[in-house]
Amino acid sequence: MIGNYPLHLMILVLLWGYIYTSWSLMGRLGMVSFGHGAFMGIGAYTVVMLWNHFGLSPWIGAPVALALTAVVAIVIAYPCFRFKIVGHYFALVTLALSEVTRLVFVAMRDHTGGSLGATPNGALIEGTSVAVGAVQFSSKWVWLGVVFAFWLLGLWVWRLVDRGMGRLALQAISEDEEAAASVGIHVTRAKLQVTLVSALMTCTGGILYAQYQLYVNPDTVSGIAISLQMVFGVIAGGMFVMLGPTVGAAFTLLLAEGLRLGFGNKYPALDTTIYGVMLVMFIIFMPKGILGAALDGWRRLRVSGTMQS
Amino acid sequence: MLSLEGVSAAYGGFQALFGVSLEVRAGESVAVIGPNGAGKTTLLRLISKLIDPTGGKIQFDDQLLNRVPPHAVVSRGIAHVPENRRLFPRLTIEENLRMGAFTSRKTFDAKRDLVFGLFPRLKERRGQLAGTLSGGEQQMCAIGRALMSGPKLLLLDEPSAGLAPVVVQSIFELVRKICSEGYTVLIVEQNIRQVLKVVERAYLLEAGKIVLSGRAQELLNSKDIQKAYLGL
Amino acid sequence: MDVFDIFLLEAVLNGLLLGGLLALLSLGLNLIFGVIDVVWICYAELIMCGMYAVYYLHVQYHWPLYAAMPAAILIVAVLGMILHQFVIKPVLAAEPINQLLVTGGVLFFLQAAATLAFGIDFKNLGVSLPAVRIGEMSFSAARLIAFGAAAAGVIGLFVFLNKTYLGTAIRAISQDRAIMPLMGVSPARVYTLTSALGGALAGLGACLLVLQYDVHPAIGLSFGPITFLICVLGGLGSMAGGLIAAFVFAQFISVGGFFFAIEWGYVIAFAFFIAMMFIRPQGLFRR
Repeated sequence: MIGNYPLHLMILVLLWGYIYTSWSLMGRLGMVSFGHGAFMGIGAYTVVMLWNHFGLSPWIGAPVALALTAVVAIVIAYPCFRFKIVGHYFALVTLALSEVTRLVFVAMRDHTGGSLGATPNGALIEGTSVAVGAVQFSSKWVWLGVVFAFWLLGLWVWRLVDRGMGRLALQAISEDEEAAASVGIHVTRAKLQVTLVSALMTCTGGILYAQYQLYVNPDTVSGIAISLQMVFGVIAGGMFVMLGPTVGAAFTLLLAEGLRLGFGNKYPALDTTIYGVMLVMFIIFMPKGILGAALDGWRRLRVSGTMQS
Repeated sequence: MLSLEGVSAAYGGFQALFGVSLEVRAGESVAVIGPNGAGKTTLLRLISKLIDPTGGKIQFDDQLLNRVPPHAVVSRGIAHVPENRRLFPRLTIEENLRMGAFTSRKTFDAKRDLVFGLFPRLKERRGQLAGTLSGGEQQMCAIGRALMSGPKLLLLDEPSAGLAPVVVQSIFELVRKICSEGYTVLIVEQNIRQVLKVVERAYLLEAGKIVLSGRAQELLNSKDIQKAYLGL
Repeated sequence: MDVFDIFLLEAVLNGLLLGGLLALLSLGLNLIFGVIDVVWICYAELIMCGMYAVYYLHVQYHWPLYAAMPAAILIVAVLGMILHQFVIKPVLAAEPINQLLVTGGVLFFLQAAATLAFGIDFKNLGVSLPAVRIGEMSFSAARLIAFGAAAAGVIGLFVFLNKTYLGTAIRAISQDRAIMPLMGVSPARVYTLTSALGGALAGLGACLLVLQYDVHPAIGLSFGPITFLICVLGGLGSMAGGLIAAFVFAQFISVGGFFFAIEWGYVIAFAFFIAMMFIRPQGLFRR
């Protein structure tokens, strides 16, 4: 039978794969967000706080979190897109957003536990392994199923967005807004829609993460570090390919675990240091990521194969 | 002083010049005339090394320019006044002149006075932002900027382009004056009639090839040129 | 004046002092963006490196501050050049998104490497400067010195950019890069110089910050995002805009922090920023 540890890894790979996929919806269109940590954090903290302080089930907390995320996403994104300030401005603003969100969680320390983090109150009574109302399951198999379902959902949304407006339309927007607008594509609305979807998906990822790990901390679910980790995961795996983010999730996770097993906890920040170096290397040498580069290579092989035959 | 032998140039896959040969002797004023798209601007950009030749030799003062990097050309004595003036719009006239003198700072004061002597209007507006100048003033400033480096060879790219007829007149007067001051000048122009009155020799460039060359007066009187370009 | 007012005044004045420092920080970022058209997302982390440099030179190797600080400025200037040469240059021709991502990667890397190398504990320079009392208000001497030095830095940069050949070339290249060679200027060299200058400004900022705050690997997060917001609000690339925005922001942080907890000061400043985005999205000034 598969032990708990491999199950745990699989769950994390699929969960982060889902979250990374949601980031890539925006990244593919040239909307680089360094702030998705904010959405994840809002999801995680809203649900946990409502449960701990008001006894509200995550089933109620989730819509609240989603609504909050939607408001934040629109308030930030609307002026950026409407007035055509994207690119650098957008990246900087989202970076600030993720930090400010983290600061809010820290500042509300009386309620959130500040930098020490918080744990959702336990809901599993002696002997049970499933508490649907509180969305707490002790069985990793249940979690695997849940996360797998969301992961599939994420891929499905990716495909919808990819096809929905036509691949060419999306590409046009990403590369040349004016040209896209002249063809009748309502650029601002399209971008806002994608941003909203991306933010909401990340929010649900945060909710799942909180309920699975049963612990939230401003630094692990919000802030620039987690935002950058998402970016790195997507770049490493391949931003323009559907399964790229998932490959990236697997890659980063295995790398982190490998380093942890190899070096123990002797060098606490070694994995992120290597991430940083690799992110820079990937951008310079392999901007399409592992999967993207692999697919390119495969395509080239096939072409040369058919040409030879 | 300047000689091009069999020089070719290309942009991407598009061949702009085919084995062009010409020469400019010290103290001469030479024009390269021809229709739009003939490759005249490409020619000047080759000489100032903004682009590299794909074949042939460029020699200046008996030294091969082929491998010289673009920013080293000015200090060898070649100053290029680019097409469309290309002043720095948010720098003042004086600051533009300063940029022209970047490689010859010691002589800045003397050269600046020389330029202001040539172009009194520039002196009046020395603190004005270059982007706010009229077309004719910009052209004067651009030429002045090139003169700041004390060049041996002055390259002028279509100085009359985009200017009102009255201004064009004064610009050519200026060119005539510069030539008579002893500067060696290579000027590229579409305004054939005017430029041939001001220079000593000229080459006709069509579709990347030199098809005619000779003394300016001869070309002016040539029936081919008169028919094709002067509407006679 | 009753006690309430005077401490409010103190907060306002402290805001002014903070504004001077933030202005200096924003200057470097705006310079780089205005000239090279790249945002150094890792700018605050470069400052962090400078702070560590001063710390180790002074505390570990017992260099006097008047030697450690210039050395730190030099170190960060070199870091800036290395950043440009090896990280930015390869992606200058690529899409802007790559440039953002690559400096984001460096941010990630520098924070992690600092944790690895120096540990997560807060390190204090061990220099305690007296408080300056004006009436009932007291101001830290470190803050006053920082303001003075920042002002000197701003003026120095202004003089350099306007009165020297190199400075004029730096201003010129952002207006027309293609004809710089015709002036005898190699654009690559100007970019390298600008990177060094941006790094030096970060280094100067580091020296001033380390007098007031402890250094730790995540300290870039304390002023990085706020510096970005300042630059965006002032108009990315506009140094004048950054100056004004810096003082405005500093007031929000200082006075907001006076009425609520310090973190809320930042939140209020951010909220103000968002509001401004709706009113004047492109920032105060153009580049």
